[in-house]
Amino acid sequence: MYDLIIIGAGPAGITASVYAARKKMNLLVITKDIGGQAARSADIENYTGYQFISGPELATKFQEHMKKYGIALKEDEEVIEVDRINDSITVKTNEGADEAKTAIIASGKKSRELGVPGEKEFKNRGLTYCATCDGPLFTAKDVAVIGGGNSALDATLQLIKIAKQVYIINLTPALSGDAVMREKIEHAKNVTIFNNARVTNIMGDKFVTGIKIDKSGKTELLNVQGVFVEIGLIPNSEFAKKVEKNQFGEIKVDCFNQTNIPGVFAAGDVTDVPGKQIIIAAGEGAKAALGTFRYLAQTK
Amino acid sequence: MTKKVKVYSTPTCPYCIRAKQFLKDNNVEFENIDVSSDQAAAEEMIRKSGQMGVPVLEIEDEIIVGFDKEKIKQTLGI
Repeated sequence: MYDLIIIGAGPAGITASVYAARKKMNLLVITKDIGGQAARSADIENYTGYQFISGPELATKFQEHMKKYGIALKEDEEVIEVDRINDSITVKTNEGADEAKTAIIASGKKSRELGVPGEKEFKNRGLTYCATCDGPLFTAKDVAVIGGGNSALDATLQLIKIAKQVYIINLTPALSGDAVMREKIEHAKNVTIFNNARVTNIMGDKFVTGIKIDKSGKTELLNVQGVFVEIGLIPNSEFAKKVEKNQFGEIKVDCFNQTNIPGVFAAGDVTDVPGKQIIIAAGEGAKAALGTFRYLAQTK
Repeated sequence: MTKKVKVYSTPTCPYCIRAKQFLKDNNVEFENIDVSSDQAAAEEMIRKSGQMGVPVLEIEDEIIVGFDKEKIKQTLGI
């Protein structure tokens, strides 16, 4: 039996694994991917110590840090259940089950979908949820970014360098991301912002050719070849059926990062902690690892 | 017989990085094609795979979309 199983290997999960390894805890990390959302970010300018680093670079550094400690890792496995039976925590995946005395859920968040006609048909045929990955394929094309928060602005800042024209389709009366990013976008020549606007259809034949938007009751058609959906995130918490969550599906944690189930901890964007930031997730991961260490010391 | 392997990728996509790492770990030689700097190659990838997501692996004549580890293993016989 492990001392600790960490679910997820984004900034929270990886930091937790480093802290736990340094406490010589016997641990296992189970994850679908490495780096989480951080790996899909473009330009990171607010992780202390790095005035500028790209998401994939920071994720690689995280991974190297974890590798240094030779931590047991199961990649490409999807957790389907976490449950406490008697005194042990069972983590079931699509490939088997493992047991531990404690667990940290650090499974992060995933992209929210638009839920409009055409979205599923044109996924990867012009419509994408990862601007960092697929953005470069839209060189000299007209594209639309859906959303008005930081991830939408991040996608826009990448696209204005390569695309011909970028349309931002924002539901609210004004963009809501960081002022530094908003200013850069407002000064860009090839950006048109549609506020109070909602996408109603994604259209195309083999690939995307346009979108229909509803602007305060008025329908407008925009010809675009690319659609970047950046309308927020939903927590990957469905598998944690017995763990208490808030109205958004975020896992509730106390100040030691413990959930309502003794021995089950959570950290990072999957939790109800305010501030979904790489540096916050990393800090929360450290706190959660220390929380499990303290819990093990007390329950011995 | 060694199969000819091409990886269509962008430098910033995490699954491209992982796919290439997976090939390296298994001592599979491959040609990396950066579609962010080669527009013609990007068009070729879109034509061959019928979609616009990276990575795309071309193993001999077989096209694999995404980092599909099982399918890659199967196709390469590793």
